[in-house]
Amino acid sequence: MLEVKNVTYTVEDEGGTTEILKNVSLTLEDGKFYVITGPNGGGKSSLAKIIMGIYPVTSGSIIFNGKDITTSDVTERARMGIGFAFQQPPRFKGITVGELLYLSAGESGRGRGCNFLFDVGLCPKSYVDREVNGNLSGGELKRIEIATLMNRKLDIAIFDEPEAGIDLWSFSKLTETFRRMHERSKTTIVIISHQERILEMADEIILVADGQVQKKGNKDIILPGIYRDCNYTKNCLERIETIDR
Amino acid sequence: MIDSIEKKILEEIAGLHEIPQGAFSLRKDGESAKVSSTANIEIKPKKDKPGIDVIVKPGTKGESVHVPVVITATGIDDMVYNTFDIGENADVVIVAGCGIHNPGEKKSQHDGIHNFIVRKGARLRYVEKHYGEGKGTGERILNPVTDLIIEEGAYVEMEMVQIRGVDSTKRNTQAKVYKDAHLVITERLLTHGKQFAESNVVVELLGENSTTQLLSRTVAQDNSRQIFYPRVIGKNKCRGHVECDSIIMGDAVVRSIPEIAAHHEDAQLVHEAAIGKIAGEQIIKLMTLGLSASEAEETILQGFLK
Ligand SMILES: Nc1ncnc2c1ncn2[C@@H]1O[C@H](COP(=O)(O)OP(=O)(O)OP(=O)(O)O)[C@@H](O)[C@H]1O
Ligand SMILES: [Mg+2]
Repeated sequence: MLEVKNVTYTVEDEGGTTEILKNVSLTLEDGKFYVITGPNGGGKSSLAKIIMGIYPVTSGSIIFNGKDITTSDVTERARMGIGFAFQQPPRFKGITVGELLYLSAGESGRGRGCNFLFDVGLCPKSYVDREVNGNLSGGELKRIEIATLMNRKLDIAIFDEPEAGIDLWSFSKLTETFRRMHERSKTTIVIISHQERILEMADEIILVADGQVQKKGNKDIILPGIYRDCNYTKNCLERIETIDR
Repeated sequence: MIDSIEKKILEEIAGLHEIPQGAFSLRKDGESAKVSSTANIEIKPKKDKPGIDVIVKPGTKGESVHVPVVITATGIDDMVYNTFDIGENADVVIVAGCGIHNPGEKKSQHDGIHNFIVRKGARLRYVEKHYGEGKGTGERILNPVTDLIIEEGAYVEMEMVQIRGVDSTKRNTQAKVYKDAHLVITERLLTHGKQFAESNVVVELLGENSTTQLLSRTVAQDNSRQIFYPRVIGKNKCRGHVECDSIIMGDAVVRSIPEIAAHHEDAQLVHEAAIGKIAGEQIIKLMTLGLSASEAEETILQGFLK
């Protein structure tokens, strides 16, 4: 079980401090399938990065399986069984897909990882020896990113918009893979998504907007009113007529 | 008989576990230690100065030549002239390389002056590794000069690697590339501590449809300094590509000055140069896979220099 308790995350910039997450509390139970959704800029990725330890909390705490991990770094959290697939994965010159998969799971990585390449719609044979560099297309890179996470033994796996940029056919394969992962493993799955087909797969939906968890609950309760109820996209009240140079 | 220091160095620079079969020349502490030829590849000591002539018969295919240089003492100052004559349509691999084990306080230096003539239609792969070790405070210095003539239709691939251990290196490489000939030079370099490395490359594309690719991937750590000056001069219908890519860390200094010069309307020349530190998100990504920050850094550098 993972608990986010009263977490606030602020960043300093020229204009002063901006509150990205505002007193967020959230409990993720073992083995459940969650989908986090909400408007762009609402704080979904920031929340995920706070859980992974990529961003530090400004205040509040994070408890994982009863242990306070607020000050644990990314590596420690990864070794405890928390995983995160980036919305925009980085590229690496000179590191192959096979090597990345190997790193993600240790000794047995390459063999097992290949199956996951297949699950995300990539033919393992043509990809294992390719470098994870600028030559991969955006969709290929995204799918490799997902495979590196599937390849790990995790208590909680967070995917940040895994469907973004992925073609229709691979998308079906992907949803099927998530479904299987949910059925067969005890891993808590958290997917950040804007896709209805993914929202429908959730046990629970978490609506994050304006730096806060606005709603959380069973998908059958949240989903029907999601458009009607959701008025969190900020209305722009002022126009700028000219842009000063 | 080879001793353990020599053995270790030979392994590092040439991947050799024993004296290999085939054409071979070992130079040790400023003197020729062993030379052997084969039916197709003759190696003979020069008469007028230190060094060897390596003569590969036309049409020789699939053979390799090992010409390692080993320095195991302090205070050695070795200058050597080697000539490589690769006969028409031959296809060979030359593994060179120099390793210095400097146990004392005095500097030990090896300056190799290599002349290559790669004749019509020949293919040559040349691999040169530099390596340094030893507990002494004496400097380990390597200043190679390489001169290449690449005749019509010939293909040359040069791979030059220096990963740690050499205090100072200044490399000068010059090539003339004739009709339909190709030259690829790949440099891999890692400097650390107070090391210094300079590489000057001048490639003249003289023949019609001659091409070249100059690639360098380097990492500069600590207080080390690196300077790259790769130049391609196109004097005919030709193509040239220069790419320098460096990772900078600590208080290191890297200068990259690629130059392309066209003297012909159909010369197509491109250069790219980039210097930057390791992207933070790369390290974080690997940490999310369970690697520590330093393991992540090491993995990224190893990949980059591969
Ligand atoms: N370092 C930063 N400095 C200033 N603002 C930031 C910084 N990092 C994030 N933000 C802001 O925080 C807000 C939340 O960003 P976040 O990436 O978490 O949104 P998101 O819900 O994942 O959006 P999307 O659906 O577009 O992926 C955004 O308005 C973003 O501009
Ligand atoms: Mg996001």
